[in-house]
Amino acid sequence: MNIIVCVKQVPATNEVKMNKETNTIIREGIEAIINPFDTYAIEEGVRIKEKTGGKTTVLSMGIPSVADLLKETLAVGIDEAVLLSDRTFAGADSLATSYALSKGIEHIGDYDLIVCGKQAMDGDTAQVGPGLAEKLGIPHTTYVRKIEEINDKYIRCQRMTEDGYDIIEMPLPAVITVVKEINEPRLPSLKGMMRAKRAVVTVLTAKDIGADSDLCGLKGSPTQVVKTFVPVHDVQSEMIEGEPEEQAEKLAKKLLSMQFNTSDSTEVI
Amino acid sequence: MNYYLTEEQQMIKELAAKIADEKVKPVAIKYDEEGTFPHDIVKILADSDLCGVYISEEYGGFGGGIFEMALVVEELSRACGGIALSFAASGLGAFPIILYGTKEHKEKYLPQIASGAKLAAFGLTEANAGSDAAGIQTTAVLDGDEYILNGTKQWITNGGEADIYTVIACTNRAKGARGFSAFIVEKGTPGFSFGKKENKMGIRASVTSELVFEDCRIPKENLLSKPGMGFIVAMKTLDRTRPGVAAQALGIAQGAFDEALKYSGERVQFDKPISSFQAIQHMLADMAIQIEAARCLVYQTCKLVDSGAKSISKESAMSKVFASDTAMKVTIDAVQVMGGYGYMKEYPVEKMMRDAKITQIYEGTNQIQRNVIALELIKEQKSGKKVN
Repeated sequence: MNIIVCVKQVPATNEVKMNKETNTIIREGIEAIINPFDTYAIEEGVRIKEKTGGKTTVLSMGIPSVADLLKETLAVGIDEAVLLSDRTFAGADSLATSYALSKGIEHIGDYDLIVCGKQAMDGDTAQVGPGLAEKLGIPHTTYVRKIEEINDKYIRCQRMTEDGYDIIEMPLPAVITVVKEINEPRLPSLKGMMRAKRAVVTVLTAKDIGADSDLCGLKGSPTQVVKTFVPVHDVQSEMIEGEPEEQAEKLAKKLLSMQFNTSDSTEVI
Repeated sequence: MNYYLTEEQQMIKELAAKIADEKVKPVAIKYDEEGTFPHDIVKILADSDLCGVYISEEYGGFGGGIFEMALVVEELSRACGGIALSFAASGLGAFPIILYGTKEHKEKYLPQIASGAKLAAFGLTEANAGSDAAGIQTTAVLDGDEYILNGTKQWITNGGEADIYTVIACTNRAKGARGFSAFIVEKGTPGFSFGKKENKMGIRASVTSELVFEDCRIPKENLLSKPGMGFIVAMKTLDRTRPGVAAQALGIAQGAFDEALKYSGERVQFDKPISSFQAIQHMLADMAIQIEAARCLVYQTCKLVDSGAKSISKESAMSKVFASDTAMKVTIDAVQVMGGYGYMKEYPVEKMMRDAKITQIYEGTNQIQRNVIALELIKEQKSGKKVN
């Protein structure tokens, strides 16, 4: 079974600098890490391959230095790394990213499953996984917390919901996006690190993958980011402790002391 | 200080540090309190390929030496000296095979140790044979194609958890220290059992047990080197692995210092962080100086050992004495810097202080090490040759 895992480089902190003209993140000169949600995708991809055989390829789109990050994935069991890197790709929103990655995947070819993290820690859109499936014309399931069965024909997985999970079966090839509940990513091994050090990351341009430049990067991005900021949370909260009965009593007293109007239950406070 | 480690050594250090910080630190207090064996961490170490750093590539290892082993021990010991010891003691059990094993011994045992599938242990100490290792009572008698072992080894690290034991026993009482021989004994051999598990002051995540031999028959091929070479096997092994104990001490000291330094910046008294007071500053500076000096000595000794130099007893002893005395002093000072909090079990430094103490005692007490150093110095002076 051939598996492609898509990963994104994200800044290591919340203290990001923005490009004022495009309102996109300046990624140069900032410590970069693999999006933490994607590490679960990597682990799951490697685990499936260990069970079924085949090959795992990690795919990303980004600046040339992302190649070093992709090498890290080779130390935890990924077989090959491919980076889409080209000025044409710069400033891409989730649509243009999905397009470029889908072209990259078509270029790699011969795939059975594509695994993504549920969302990126910086953009938080959770759109690229499903977008990719649409571009490729294959089914997808998001928020996968467990793969129950996978074979040549189909995958059956558990999609996490707010109150439990759905069981979804879909034919392959397909895209899944995974949540952190799915596994515990392994640490690198020394032999893996040695292999990663010697490995060469394949770097592809828009031309290499036959991507239409009008659909790539800023040009291919209908999203206009007006403003980006880190929200400030200054809500004061108080934890009420004790047995449930005591907690209820304390809470009731507290609410009463705040003198809300409690006589009309339809009124929203 | 930049020690100009090779790229491979840097990689080993980083990987061991990652395991120490992400996997060992969160469980160090738990294992200390329970005094149980950290099987989960040993599994992580095995999966990381670190168990074979000091074993040659021919036998499934990474092809490094004592330096590589010491780097792992140091990093793990920053988080827990006890857990680090399970790794280091396996090395102590493996080195007699690395140094004196036949090709068959190496092919049979080293790949299992390198992969982390099996742990090793070293059995020398007995109730009446501590500093005076020549007092060994355990006997091995040749009977046809087998040796029959009888006796009890005491305070053996990894005892019961390891599968491969290198054991020193007496094969000819009349010859004294020249009448000892070294053997490989596998767990599960009839007549080989484990006695009581010790309840220790520190390094409590490490298991320490008796090895009991009652008419335990082992194939005579399990003899390491020649009959009568047991004492030499033991001493040459310990000369090589002593920097490993030094590295453990160094790691414990570094771990305690890191905690004290961090705390001193956070703890506010008299409206200032206590790190702004000269009394604390001087303690921190002294701790850092000693740790760095110990590191210089330990790393340099490792390089000397790995160079294949013949005479290493003095330097090996020096590194162990200096690093372990440093660990004791630094951990005591770390507790002092942290005051009442340092004394509490909620913080890791009181454990580090307990863990540090053993490094001054085992693999030869620091007093015995000083004897070794002095004798070597006198020998050098008499012969007019300074060896290293």
